[in-house]
Amino acid sequence: MTHIVTDNCRLCRFTDCVTVCPVECFHADEERSYIDPEVCIDCGACVPVCPVKAIYDAADMPEDLDRWVAVNAERSAILPRVTAKQPELPTAAARRAELGY
Amino acid sequence: MSESGRPLHVAVVGSGPSGFYAAEALLRSNLPFQVDMLERLPVPFGLVRSGVAPDHPKLKEVIRIYDRVARTPGFRFFGNVAVGDAVTVNELRGIYHGLIFACGAQTDRRMGIPGEDLPGSHTATEFVGWFNGHPDFRDRTFDLSREVAVIVGQGNVAADLCRILAKPVDELRTTDITEHALDALATSRVREIHVIGRRGPAQARFTPRELRELGEISDCLTLADSRDLQLNAESETELADPDNINSAKNCEMFRGFAANRETRCGRTLRFHFHLSPAAVLGEERVEGLRLERTRLRGPPFAQTTQPAGESMTLDCGLVFRSIGYRGVPIPGLPFDDRRGTIPHVAGRVNDGSMPLPGVYVTGWIKRGPSGVIGTNRADSVETVESLLADVPRLRAEEKPGGDALEELLTRRGVRAVDYRQWLSIDEAEIRRGRPRGKPREKFTRVRDMLACVDVAEDRQIREQDLRSSIDR
Ligand SMILES: Cc1cc2nc3c(=O)[nH]c(=O)nc-3n(C[C@H](O)[C@H](O)[C@H](O)COP(=O)(O)OP(=O)(O)OC[C@H]3O[C@@H](n4cnc5c(N)ncnc54)[C@H](O)[C@@H]3O)c2cc1C
Ligand code: SF4
Ligand code: SF4
Repeated sequence: MTHIVTDNCRLCRFTDCVTVCPVECFHADEERSYIDPEVCIDCGACVPVCPVKAIYDAADMPEDLDRWVAVNAERSAILPRVTAKQPELPTAAARRAELGY
Repeated sequence: MSESGRPLHVAVVGSGPSGFYAAEALLRSNLPFQVDMLERLPVPFGLVRSGVAPDHPKLKEVIRIYDRVARTPGFRFFGNVAVGDAVTVNELRGIYHGLIFACGAQTDRRMGIPGEDLPGSHTATEFVGWFNGHPDFRDRTFDLSREVAVIVGQGNVAADLCRILAKPVDELRTTDITEHALDALATSRVREIHVIGRRGPAQARFTPRELRELGEISDCLTLADSRDLQLNAESETELADPDNINSAKNCEMFRGFAANRETRCGRTLRFHFHLSPAAVLGEERVEGLRLERTRLRGPPFAQTTQPAGESMTLDCGLVFRSIGYRGVPIPGLPFDDRRGTIPHVAGRVNDGSMPLPGVYVTGWIKRGPSGVIGTNRADSVETVESLLADVPRLRAEEKPGGDALEELLTRRGVRAVDYRQWLSIDEAEIRRGRPRGKPREKFTRVRDMLACVDVAEDRQIREQDLRSSIDR
């Protein structure tokens, strides 16, 4: 099992998640963050800090998000690691509002 | 050497998560930090070693990150050095440009009720420290010959206690739980475990992952009383908040436990709510716990309890309290007795009357016992940012750094354990665990840890002699 970043994480990169990950297993591209399932130790620290509730424990993720398991594994393998909070993307606030958070 | 190239000496006190994340943040900055980590025990990693439950091995993989920090140039480990005892805060201030206290919350909150100290009434810390091999608790004994045990508190530490008491002992044999705990648990006659919460199911502090595990213990029936699970309007409002999804999940699981039919099982685990301990009963030892029913009062997310004017007695032979942790004051530093932490502003130690330049805090001793391991990372980054902003002022004074500490310790006959020596303890523990199918068998006494270092050093000397005699 691992933790999974899902759909809600897009065009925001608040990366609050990154600041609390004890093992630095977040990777990111221009739009999203991804968790490396090989490194994540399932501590759950990132879940409550994500402002748009994008992160799930794979053990209790809604089924319609299943495809994100593979996406996290694939993308994290090829993208650079992020170890510190990044500047928010300019689209972040709009995205948050769109999702109702 | 240029002004900016002169080393900046910082001592980090405590080798738990917050200490290592502070060290990491310092060593990642572009300044020439020399970081010395001082730890009371000969072995590092704080509660990751002595708190995190033995049946959660994945979490302990975080140690790999700390190991990487410890191998970074500029880092030194001084194990077996208790600050306030082997060396004082004032002495350290003379040696280092900066001090970061990351010494955790070392003691439990008290219930403040009669009978709390009767034999058979224990803190979670004692029990956890005992089964995890913390030297302070090596010689505690727990009478597991009675059938009923009560755990007061409903957070993740209480969940750890439940699993260790409820799981079939064979499922623990391949973990790094200590051998003396396995022996005691193998003859345990505990059959009923009651978990008591002062407030309602919506206020229980378990994370859903931890709670779910409690419903999945083999040969253990997990129960709750459906009458206990009725929620007042305020609690319903709490559960409807999207930020409070964990509590909603917990309540769903409690309802599942309440629907479990009573079948024959080796053990039962029962959740109780709205009960506040009023007295631990017994003459010579614990015979029961008197509980008072409570009612919730106040607005959502600020509900407190009031006596509901009804009490009951639960016969039991063991009581564990797991209602929170407190830091221990360190001579020379201010202390907030109410919160059990060192007062600070953004990590700078300051109680409002006495700012202490160059002295910082992080982790549990800074913010209290909240959050998970990773929470300490963001916390330590905040503290180190404050320190970095102070660097121009800190470096104005010349400080001798770690060599001076080493000299002082030698003079006092304090035997410090360095990181290489810890690695030899680590290796020996792993070796001891192998024939038992365990990831490690911990040393549980300081003298055994130190003896292990001696043996390893002797062997190295002998190997070196051998090598040089072959060379000749
Ligand atoms: C029983 C238990 C189980 C837990 N399980 C989990 C879990 O499953 N997942 C999770 O994410 N979190 C868990 N936690 C929380 C986690 O352990 C803490 O968040 C974290 O350890 C706090 O880090 P810290 O560095 O502030 O303190 P600590 O880890 O307590 O480290 C403090 C260190 O300072 C040393 N020290 C104290 N005083 C001195 C002194 N005077 N001189 C020198 N050294 C000193 C101590 O020996 C210790 O090594 C658990 C906590 C407990 C108590
Ligand atoms: S669960 Fe923990 S280890 Fe996994 S990604 Fe989140 S913070 Fe990192
Ligand atoms: S905090 Fe949430 S939304 Fe922001 S980058 Fe992390 S996972 Fe994505």
